[in-house]
Amino acid sequence: MALIDLANPTRFLAWSGRVLPWLSGAAVAVLILGLGLAFRAPADYQQGETVKIMYIHVPFAWLAMFGYSMMAASALGILVWRHPLADVAHKAAAPIGATFTFLCLVTGALWGRPMWGTYWVWDARLTSVLILLLLYLGLMALRAAVDDPGRAGRAAAVLTLVGAINLPIVKFSVDWWNTLHQPASVFRMDGPTIDPAMLWPLLTCAAGFTLLFLALHMLAMRTEILRRRVEVLEARAAAEATA
Amino acid sequence: MSHTAFIVAAYGVAALGLLALTLMLVLDNRAQRRALADLEARGVRRRSERRAP
Repeated sequence: MALIDLANPTRFLAWSGRVLPWLSGAAVAVLILGLGLAFRAPADYQQGETVKIMYIHVPFAWLAMFGYSMMAASALGILVWRHPLADVAHKAAAPIGATFTFLCLVTGALWGRPMWGTYWVWDARLTSVLILLLLYLGLMALRAAVDDPGRAGRAAAVLTLVGAINLPIVKFSVDWWNTLHQPASVFRMDGPTIDPAMLWPLLTCAAGFTLLFLALHMLAMRTEILRRRVEVLEARAAAEATA
Repeated sequence: MSHTAFIVAAYGVAALGLLALTLMLVLDNRAQRRALADLEARGVRRRSERRAP
């Protein structure tokens, strides 16, 4: 089946109904493996055992940006092709992305207190991730504030694309400004600077959390399609009752 | 607070946050499925389903 054939709510429901149990199972299995590897990984020579927080904090940070990138791609789908499934994908991703961003900030603060001596500092990386969280929450509030779903979707898509300017700022903030936050140590032009004994558990955890993100997003998309069907049918039932 | 307490707190908050999100999404899905089933039981169906033999 061509990918374009799936871009139809009815076909998506049928396809995702078959895929979702496998995706959820894979997410749980890879997460168990990743966290098992993380707890057997050696302590860092500077951070000690506190490095264990990095095995969840770093994937949360990556997925906070991944979720917003997905929403930006969906926003293009809404504005350029006006595709209903793009609107569904956009709306479904917001609460999941917001949760991962919130967990990134909280786990980062809990790592920062013993390592930096403070839970929070207004440096460029931390502040730009806080702005990312506010963008997610603002997009959810915008959709909730506009009654017409079509207008709400288009307004949210425009705001998403404007807010996408924050993504390179989050990524390169540690290079562009002097920050307390350390620079990138995995995705670098000259390769990762982490020892393989810590890198592989980190990448496995990241894979597990990514599968979890995708499974939750698929579930939320299915729910949103059902919600829209319920709204249409309720409106039709009300119209027939008054006719 | 010892370093272990910070590690436990971080994993605890992460587990609680993800559990709450998953629960919210699963319960929402169930509520929509139930609402759709109720409408269909009352004979309110989508046009495409009405045309089907």
